[in-house]
Amino acid sequence: MKLAIKHLKDQLRIYRRKPLSLVLFLLLNLAMLLTIASLIFVIGYIFVNGVSHLTPELVFGKYSSDNPSMSFAIVTTVILVIVALLLAAPLSIFCAIYLTEYAKRGNKIVKVIRLATETLAGIPSIVYGLFGSIFFGTVLGWGYSILTGACTVAIMVLPVIIRSTEESILSVPDSYREGSYGLGASKLRTVFKIVLPSAMPGILSAVILSVGRIVGETAALIFTLGSVAKMPGSLLDSSRTLAVHMYISTRDGGMAGRNTAFATGVILVSIVLVINLLASYLAKKVSGGKTDGE
Amino acid sequence: MRKKAILEKGSKLFFFLCALFSIGAVLFICYFIFANAIPAIRQVGLWEFLSGASWQPNNVPQEFGIFNMIVGSVYVTAGAIVIGVPIGLLGAIYLAKFCPKRIYPVLKQAVSLLAGIPSIIYGFFGMMVIVPFILENFEGNGNSVLAASIVLGIMILPTIISISETSLRAVPKSYEEGALALGATREESAFKVILPAAKSGVVTSIVLGIGRAIGETMAVVMVAGNSNILPSSIFKSVRTLTANIVLEMSYASGLHYDALIATGAVLFVFILLLNMALGLLTSKKRA
Repeated sequence: MKLAIKHLKDQLRIYRRKPLSLVLFLLLNLAMLLTIASLIFVIGYIFVNGVSHLTPELVFGKYSSDNPSMSFAIVTTVILVIVALLLAAPLSIFCAIYLTEYAKRGNKIVKVIRLATETLAGIPSIVYGLFGSIFFGTVLGWGYSILTGACTVAIMVLPVIIRSTEESILSVPDSYREGSYGLGASKLRTVFKIVLPSAMPGILSAVILSVGRIVGETAALIFTLGSVAKMPGSLLDSSRTLAVHMYISTRDGGMAGRNTAFATGVILVSIVLVINLLASYLAKKVSGGKTDGE
Repeated sequence: MRKKAILEKGSKLFFFLCALFSIGAVLFICYFIFANAIPAIRQVGLWEFLSGASWQPNNVPQEFGIFNMIVGSVYVTAGAIVIGVPIGLLGAIYLAKFCPKRIYPVLKQAVSLLAGIPSIIYGFFGMMVIVPFILENFEGNGNSVLAASIVLGIMILPTIISISETSLRAVPKSYEEGALALGATREESAFKVILPAAKSGVVTSIVLGIGRAIGETMAVVMVAGNSNILPSSIFKSVRTLTANIVLEMSYASGLHYDALIATGAVLFVFILLLNMALGLLTSKKRA
C-alpha cells in the first residue's frame, strides 16, 4: 500500500513536470472508457427496452399479422446454421490440415490459397448476397431458399474457420507428432488421432464464432434465403433468420414491428454473448493445453 | 501395405482439393459478379455509370448513375475513420501499455464482443438512439452522414484496436527501455517511440477498418436516410453503394437488376484494391 502511494506520488511529480504526458494518459483512459461505454450502451439499450416485449407468444407463438412472433425464425436460424456448418466446417478443417501438415514451406500454390482466403475474408456480405442469389439462386435454380442461404454463408465463414484451425493445429507441439510417428503410425493416422484431437478446442472455438457470424448475418441472406414469414417445410423453402426477421420487422412493421425487433434483438444479443464467452473459454483451453504439452 | 499407401496418397490429394476450394470460390464470385455487371455497364456506358448523378430505374429511358453513391460511401467511410481511428488507436495503446493486468482480460473480452455484435443490432441502435439525438440537437431529420459515421465508427473500433494492439506488442521491449532510460515518460515513449515502430500494423488495421466500413450494409441503411443526393453537410441524408443494392434488389428486374449487380461490382473493385494495397504493405514489412 505504501509502495503504491509512493508510486502514485512519483507519477504525479512526473506529470507536474510534463503536463502533456498527463493529457495523453487521460486521453488513453478516455478512449478505452468510450469503447467500453459504447458496448455497454448498445447491449444495455437493447436489453432494457427489449426484455419487456419478450412475451411467450412473441417467442414461441404461431406467426400471424396480429402476433409477429419469431418462432419460425428461430427454427430457420437453427436449420441454416446446421446446414451451413455441415458444408463449411469439414471443408475448412481439411483445408487447414493441408496448409499446416502437408504443404511444403514456400510453396507457390499455398501462397495463392492464403491470398484467396484473405480475399474471401475481406469481401463484404452484400457482395456474397449478390453472388449467392445469382449462382445458387438463379444458375443452380434453387431460388430463395434455406439451401441457397446456407451455401452463401458457408463460403462466407470459410476464412474464419480456416485461419483459427490453422493456428490451433500449429500450436500442437511437434513432439506429439514425432511420438506418433515413432510408434509407427502413418501420417493420416497421426493427423486424425493426435493432431486434430489436441487442436479440437481451438477448432471448436472457431466453429462457434462462425455460428455467431451466421446468426448475425443479414445482408447476405435477404436475397438468398429471402424473407418469407413462415415455418420452412423443406430446405428449398424461403424463410427468415432472426436477424432478417428483425430487419423486416423494423422496416415494415410500424410500432408493433419495432417491439418485435426489440424482442428479437434481445435474443440475438444473448446468443452472441453466450457464443463469445464460450469461444474465448475454449480458446483459453488451447493455450493452456499448449503449456501443458511443453 | 499397398492399400495403405494409396489411402495416404489419396487423402493428401483430398486435402489438397479442399484447400483449392477457396481459390475456386474467389474465382467463381469474381466471374459471376462481373459477368452480370459488365454487360450492364457497357449498356449504360462506363463513364455515365460512374459519373452520372441520376439514378432513375423507373423513368423512360432509364438512367443509372452511381456518382452520388460512390461519394456517399466515401463520406461515411471517411467519417467512420475520423471517429473510429483516434479512439481505436488510443484504446490499443492503452491495452498494450497502460492497462492494469487484472482488468485486461475483461477489456479484451469486451472488444471481441464489440466485434461479434451483429450489424443489424448496431443499425437498430443507431436508428433508435443516434438518429433521434441528431434530430433533436442539430439540423435535418437525423438520418444523416453523421449518424452513419458514428455507427460505423463504433463498428470498426474492434478491428482497429485488436490489430493495432498486436503490432504495438510486437515492438521490442528494448525500444521502450531505451526511451525510458533517456528520461522519457511512459506516455512519451508510447507515442514517440513505440507507435512509430508499429506503424505498418497500425496502417493495416486502418485499411481493414476502411474495408469493413465501406462494405457495411444493414447498419448504414437503417440510419443514413438513403436519398440519392450529394450531401452538402454531415446532417444531410446520404445513400451508399451498399444501401443502393439492398434497397432496390427485391423488386429490380432486367437492366435495373444488372445495374445493381454492377453497383456491387464497383464496391467489389474497391475492396480488391484495398486488399492489394494491404498485400503490398505486408510484403514491404517482410522485406
